[in-house]
Amino acid sequence: MSAPAVELVNVSKRYGEVHALDDVTLAIQPGEVVAMLGPNGAGKTTSISLMLGMRNPTSGTARLFGMDPKDLRARSRIGVMLQESGVPGMLRVEEIVDLFRSYYPAPLSRSEAIQMAGLEAKAHSLVKDLSGGQHQRLYLALAVCGNPDALFLDEPTVGMDVEGRRRFLEEIGELAAKGRTVVLTTHYLEEADQLAKRIIVINHGRVIADSSPAAIKARVAGKRITFSTTAPPEESQLAGLRLSSRQIEDHRVRLLTNEPEEVLRELFRRGVEIQNLEVAGADLEEAFLAMTHDDVAP
Amino acid sequence: MSAVAALNVTASIAPMLARQSYAEFVKLFRVPAFSVTSIVLPSMFYAFIGLGQASEPLYPGSSVTFGAYFLASMALYGVANVMVLGFGISLANERGQKQDLLMKSTPLPAPVFFTAKAASALAIALISIIVLGLFAAVVAGVQLSASQWLTLGWRAMLCSIPFIGLGFALGYLAGPNSAPAVTNLIYLPTAFASGLFFPLRLLPHFLQQIAPYLPLYRAAQLVWDSVGARTEGGSITTDWFYMGAYAVAFFLIALWAYRRDQGRKFN
Repeated sequence: MSAPAVELVNVSKRYGEVHALDDVTLAIQPGEVVAMLGPNGAGKTTSISLMLGMRNPTSGTARLFGMDPKDLRARSRIGVMLQESGVPGMLRVEEIVDLFRSYYPAPLSRSEAIQMAGLEAKAHSLVKDLSGGQHQRLYLALAVCGNPDALFLDEPTVGMDVEGRRRFLEEIGELAAKGRTVVLTTHYLEEADQLAKRIIVINHGRVIADSSPAAIKARVAGKRITFSTTAPPEESQLAGLRLSSRQIEDHRVRLLTNEPEEVLRELFRRGVEIQNLEVAGADLEEAFLAMTHDDVAP
Repeated sequence: MSAVAALNVTASIAPMLARQSYAEFVKLFRVPAFSVTSIVLPSMFYAFIGLGQASEPLYPGSSVTFGAYFLASMALYGVANVMVLGFGISLANERGQKQDLLMKSTPLPAPVFFTAKAASALAIALISIIVLGLFAAVVAGVQLSASQWLTLGWRAMLCSIPFIGLGFALGYLAGPNSAPAVTNLIYLPTAFASGLFFPLRLLPHFLQQIAPYLPLYRAAQLVWDSVGARTEGGSITTDWFYMGAYAVAFFLIALWAYRRDQGRKFN
């Protein structure tokens, strides 16, 4: 019976007055691929920092492979991509990969790590001469070069172009298929859906959902219907519609739903006056608000 | 039990230290603003100030030449310069670029990181002494006995150690933008006030009063002593005692500054 790869037990984190995490308990088993999804400022990065022992919980316990996350034996089994971290610009790609390989007990070969990140052509370049996307791939090389059991990726695809992102997600998918534990944070639902078998939704420092991508999508992947009217619709005209939230301000109506066609058909049928109609994918922030609302509602 | 132990291994320290030291060395060496000033500047000052009067006696009747005396001054200036500026500015820059963030998530032990930084700076300091020594011997014709060359070399290197602590402290206390100004503001005036560029007797009276308490002044007595040119009557035991005390004080400040920085970022 092996220990969970990651464990947070009743973890809270406060920065001064700000409650970044509020009594979070979760466990991630070895081999799981988990996405932590949430809007900016939800507490995703804080969660990762606590899992890695880069920050201390205000209360509660964080464990990595059953050990204190600061334990070098635990850290020797992980690879990490962080947001906004820097690397020395005056080292060559192959030099910094070799440097990071020397930190780990059973690293990949230099060429394997560079190949996985698709940086073969840049192996001799100085880090400072890499483009933004290449930087991101270098971080991937540094994260995988120790041949880690678990990978922690904090917003790994930020700043990547479409092609770069596709390729990156494929690489991570392959690592996951080899049985690596992967924990990534993202605010893109598609990204979480594509990679993960489990999605943990965080908002305002709390876990508000923890289930399969299909179950999360059913609750989150809504459409936003916006239109204006000369007279606000009456309660009876909206009754019985499958809406996850609604907002009516003067003559502007905003509805969130998973079945926009059905809702619109019904609205037209009931004779609601509709002008300036827009149907768009709900952004996550809205969807999260709706979900949080769901959770409090009886 | 043994299976668990086999799983929980970490990388061995020696190769890690070797790689880290190499990386720290090339990081410093490949920045011309640092490597050129560290390695060439002492020789350049020597050319400007020392070369013209290298073979003249230090003072009328002295058996020591000005060339030998000023070689010792610039050797010390060079090594301390590497420590204060190398650490002060490069550490502050690395913090500014958040390089410490990713390192923190790796299993690299902090003592290995600091040892590697110190080793790389010592290597550059050694190069600066060798370049200066060659310049003084070949171009200025300075003649010292073999034991004088060696004593000067190891004393200058050993005297640089307290300044490693000072460099660390400045690196964690100064911001990345202010670091070059702050380190130079602290280092250059004390180098002057310690008599490294001009003999102390030419400096204002109040500086002559302060000088004996400055770490560079004490270090200067030690390197001047190695070429037979100390400027005051004290003993080298006193000088070494001062150097040790400065080393302890600077490293304690550095440790405090490091902990303060870590507490802000990683608590």
